[in-house]
Order: sequence, then structure tokens, then C-alpha cells
Amino acid sequence: MSASEREPILKVRDLSVEFTLGSNGLFGGKKILRAVKGVSFDLYQGETLGIVGESGCGKSTLSRAIIRLLPASAGEAVWLGRDIQKMNSNELLDLRKDIQMIFQDPLASLNPRMTAGDIIAEPLKIHMPNIGKAERAVRVAEMMQKVGLLPTMINKYPHEFSGGQCQRIGIARALITNPKLIICDEAVSALDVSIRAQVVNLLMDLQKELGISLLFISHDIAVVRHIAQRIMVLYFGEVVEIGEAEQVTMDPHHDYTKRLIASVPVPDPKVEMERREERRKLRRAAAKAA
Amino acid sequence: MPGLTGKDQVLTDYANKLAVLDAPKGRSLTQDALRRLSKNKAAVVSIGIVVLIILVAFIGPYFVPWGYSEVDWTSIRKPPDFDKGHFLGTDQNGRDMLARVLQGTQMSLIVAAVATVVSVTIGVIYGAVSGYFGGRVDSLMMRFVDVMYALPYILFVIILVVMFGRNPVLLFVGIGAIEWLTMARIVRGQTLSIKEKEFIEAARASGAKPFAIIMRHIVPNLSGPVVIYATLTIPEIIIAESFLSYLGLGVQEPQTSLGTLISAGAPVAEVLPWMLLGPAAVLVTLLLCLTYIGDGLRDALDPKDR
Ligand SMILES: Nc1ncnc2c1ncn2[C@@H]1O[C@H](COP(=O)(O)OP(=O)(O)O)[C@@H](O)[C@H]1O
Ligand SMILES: [Mg+2]
Repeated sequence: MSASEREPILKVRDLSVEFTLGSNGLFGGKKILRAVKGVSFDLYQGETLGIVGESGCGKSTLSRAIIRLLPASAGEAVWLGRDIQKMNSNELLDLRKDIQMIFQDPLASLNPRMTAGDIIAEPLKIHMPNIGKAERAVRVAEMMQKVGLLPTMINKYPHEFSGGQCQRIGIARALITNPKLIICDEAVSALDVSIRAQVVNLLMDLQKELGISLLFISHDIAVVRHIAQRIMVLYFGEVVEIGEAEQVTMDPHHDYTKRLIASVPVPDPKVEMERREERRKLRRAAAKAA
Repeated sequence: MPGLTGKDQVLTDYANKLAVLDAPKGRSLTQDALRRLSKNKAAVVSIGIVVLIILVAFIGPYFVPWGYSEVDWTSIRKPPDFDKGHFLGTDQNGRDMLARVLQGTQMSLIVAAVATVVSVTIGVIYGAVSGYFGGRVDSLMMRFVDVMYALPYILFVIILVVMFGRNPVLLFVGIGAIEWLTMARIVRGQTLSIKEKEFIEAARASGAKPFAIIMRHIVPNLSGPVVIYATLTIPEIIIAESFLSYLGLGVQEPQTSLGTLISAGAPVAEVLPWMLLGPAAVLVTLLLCLTYIGDGLRDALDPKDR
């Protein structure tokens, strides 16, 4: 499948995001933190783009700017041919229907006062207010099945579910409006290893079935390598490397990518020892270069 | 073909509907809190006493031989007299003290309820809006609260009395409209922390409007501090009412309230002690019970804070 012949659904060009710090206080000078610096990439339909980088490098900020939860200070993000910074409120509502998010903390991303059914149904109520109550319940029940939850749990509250189940509720909520793109911001980082694999596989299955695109954000290159076709590596808000997952993980060009890959633990203690030695060498080289 | 999750996906709509109908009810956080509250003996006893006081105050007057404004010319300033049906004695005007205590309790409860509902409603909405929008809106709204704090309370009451006349219920709608200031600050603080939670971001990302986010996601999650603060507001308002009635701005004769009764009984406590003891006992019991309920609610709603 050669992606370059098709038109991307999301085009990001030179996107920058800045935060103003220390603006409080009478004499406090303003400091500007450039969290995302001129990021550009394309995303095609049905594709998974992994975004990796250590925590604090601007992954979440970038994803928030793409869906206009944060304002971009420069550059543009073009969704289906329209610049999201210039969208009017109707177009923005469509964008919110087409792009959904899955969050890091499975429990904190669900309102503790709402039942699973109400949580999953909320985007439906916003984007398809004409659907009747009965049909909404049926759709929610179907979606719960699809993500591996029993529809009889519809009246339960988030604290009655396990972490993995909460994340499935989050996935159901993201899927209920038939989005074209789902942004997974560290969506599996808070889960136990075995449950992480289940949720990653669920996402991959759903993606195959529904043909949606994924922006899969993680600090863990091992998970990203498993799910993504292409990988983009962020370092202090800048793209240092972007390419096919195979190429980025097997033959990384940038030192930072090499360090990221070297930091992934390996189950074999012997290999892990060698790796540790290699990591030490890389760090020394990096220190010398700096 | 097996479903994505390994489960059969051949459920018809009908089966789905059935499943939904049969879905067992979840255990909400409120139910959890009530369960914890029901294990707190002091709180349960206090709730029982408060409920009893409310029932007696509203039903009792129908079973008392004398009306609260009825004058018994044959017994003025008399101690309790069971033959004539003056179970708590009479005041200087020959009115039955039991009937007056019941009416006074009723009035104090109504006033407290009205003022608390008004102050909680205004405070919650104001604080949530201010905290959610933040920035300039927040500064402006909170500055207004600061200004209101600085203005003398009694001045407001006098303006309200001039505006509404001496209708006690309207007066206490007005007092509720001043009492909300602290509530607004508490709610704003809570909102600032709740709005950083991921479920708020999730709602924003799926296109919920700010008003919907405030009403569906923020306000329901405020219940803890709001309920606790409301139980503290009730005694505060009962005391404020006593103070205003003492100044002659509150409840009007022949109607009465706990505060009015106590201020009438205090100067004659040595010669006519029954005029003070009845209303004072009710007020103290009420305030104590509300404090225990407030404590119990705090423990029940924030189990982590213990
Ligand atoms: N609302 C904000 N105000 C100020 N600085 C922020 C804000 N959000 C994030 N940052 C800063 O921006 C940088 C990138 O953060 P983030 O995008 O959350 O990183 P990541 O998701 O990759 O861990 C960090 O240095 C962080 O401290
Ligand atoms: Mg992040």
C-alpha cells in the first residue's frame, strides 16, 4: 500500500505551540515555553502513526493543538482540506465528531458520577441528538460488545470496573460517533502488561474492521513499534525522525532514537547486559557531543 | 466468524434491549457515601433527632391545645401547668410557650432551608462558572465576591427590608443571596482542580458545550464539599436570623422564631426560666445535631481524608 499517492486526511505543517509562563505577579517577567516547534507530518486514512518521545517532549501538547483544544502559535493543521484554526463552530463540531481521543488514565478519563452507558452515550447525544433513547441504548450495548464489555454492565459506575475495562469504556466512547481518526495519548501506558497487550490488540482489530486512522502516542517505543506503520520521534518539541516503523526501529538515524530503542528492556538477561553496556557507551558519546 | 473479542456477536436488537433492561443497577458514589454514613452512629442519631424536630415542629401545632398567638388571660407569666395545657408555661402576654416554641422552630427551619437553598444554588453556579472559564472572567467574578465580602452585611439587610418589607421568607431569600459568597469561593477552588481531570478534557474533545460540561461533569462532582458546607450554613443562618430578629429586623410579632424567643427569654431568665429553656434547648439540640451530621458527611464523602 503506497500511501503517498493518496491525499492525507490530516496534514500538519510547521505547527508550533507556546505556553506563557510566569505571567502572574506584578513584576514577574513573562517566559515563553516552546513546547512544540514546527512539527510537520501527514496522516493517511486507515494508517497508524506512532508518536514517541520521552515524557515532557510535547506529545500531548501536539495532539491537543491538532484538535484545537490548545491554540497553535504558528503553522497549521489541515483536516480534510480545512485548516482547523479557521473552522467555524459548525465545522468544529464536525471535527469533534470525526476525531476522538483515548486518554492515559483509564479511571480519571471517566466521570465518576456517570454510568458506563451514559459515558459511552454522551458523544451520541452531542452529535446525533435526534436518536431516540431506545436506539441510543441499543447502540451503546452493541458498542460495549464490540470492545469486549458485557452490555449488562451498562448501569455500572466507573469505580466498579477494572483499569482495562475502564479503558474499554473509553474506547467505546471514542468509537460511538464513527470517527475517522482516534488519538490515543498514552492510552495503554497506565495498564498492566498483560492487559496492555489485550487493549493494543483490540485497537488494532477495531482499526482493521472500521478503517479508522490512529495517532498512537507513547513514551514506549516497544508498544509503538507493535501497532504503528510509521513512527515519528519527538525530542524537545521537534521531530528528529519520521519514517516507516521498520526502518525507524531497525536502522535509526538519530542518536536520540537509538537511545530510545536501547532503553527498551529485553526479557533475556544476557542480551540485557549487553544492551546496558551499549547504552552506557551511547550516553558517553552523547555527553561528549554535548 | 467469532467476534473481535471472541464473543458471539449475533445478538439481535431485541436481545440487546432485553440485556439492557436486565442490566443490574450500579453502585453509585452517593450510595457508597450513604452506606458509610449509615455506619456512623452519631450522625445517624443526629439525623433521627433532626427529622423528629422537623416533624414535631410542623405537625405538633395541630395537637397543642393553644395557638401560638392565643392569649390565656387567666395565666400570664405562669410556669408549666398541665391542667390548663400549658406544658411549657406562658409568657408575659399569657401565650402558650409550647405553641410558640413549635411555631418558632418551624419558622427557623423554613428560613434556614430557604436561605441555604438560595445560597447553595447561587454559590455553586457562580463558583463553577468562574472556575471553569478562568482567566479574566474568573478574576472579574472573584473580584466582585471580594467587594461583596467587604460591604457591611447589616446594610444589605436594611436595604432588603426596605425593598421587601418585613416578609421573613423574602428577607431570608435575600440573606441566602449574601451567604453564597463563601460557597462560591469553595466551589471555584474545587472546580479548578476538577477541570484538570481527564474526563473534562474528554468531554471537551467530544464537543460538549461549556454549559453542559459545567452542569453534567463539574457540578455533580462537587457534591462533597457542597453538602458539607451546606450543613454548616444552616446553623449559621439560624444564628443570623436570631441576631436580626433581636435587632427587630427579622420575624414579626405575633409570629416568632427560635432567635426571637431566646432574645425575649434571656432578660427574664431568672424569674421566668421556662421562657428561655424551651427554645434554647431546641436551638442547641439542632445546632449540635447539624454539626454531627456535617462531620459524618465529611467522613462519608471523603473516605480518603480520614
Ligand atoms: N498548560 C501548560 N502550561 C504550561 N506548560 C505546559 C502546559 N502543558 C504542558 N506544558 C509543558 O509543555 C511541555 C510538553 O508537555 P506535554 O505535551 O504534556 O509532554 P508529553 O505529553 O510528551 O509528556 C512540558 O515541558 C510541559 O511542562
Ligand atoms: Mg502526555
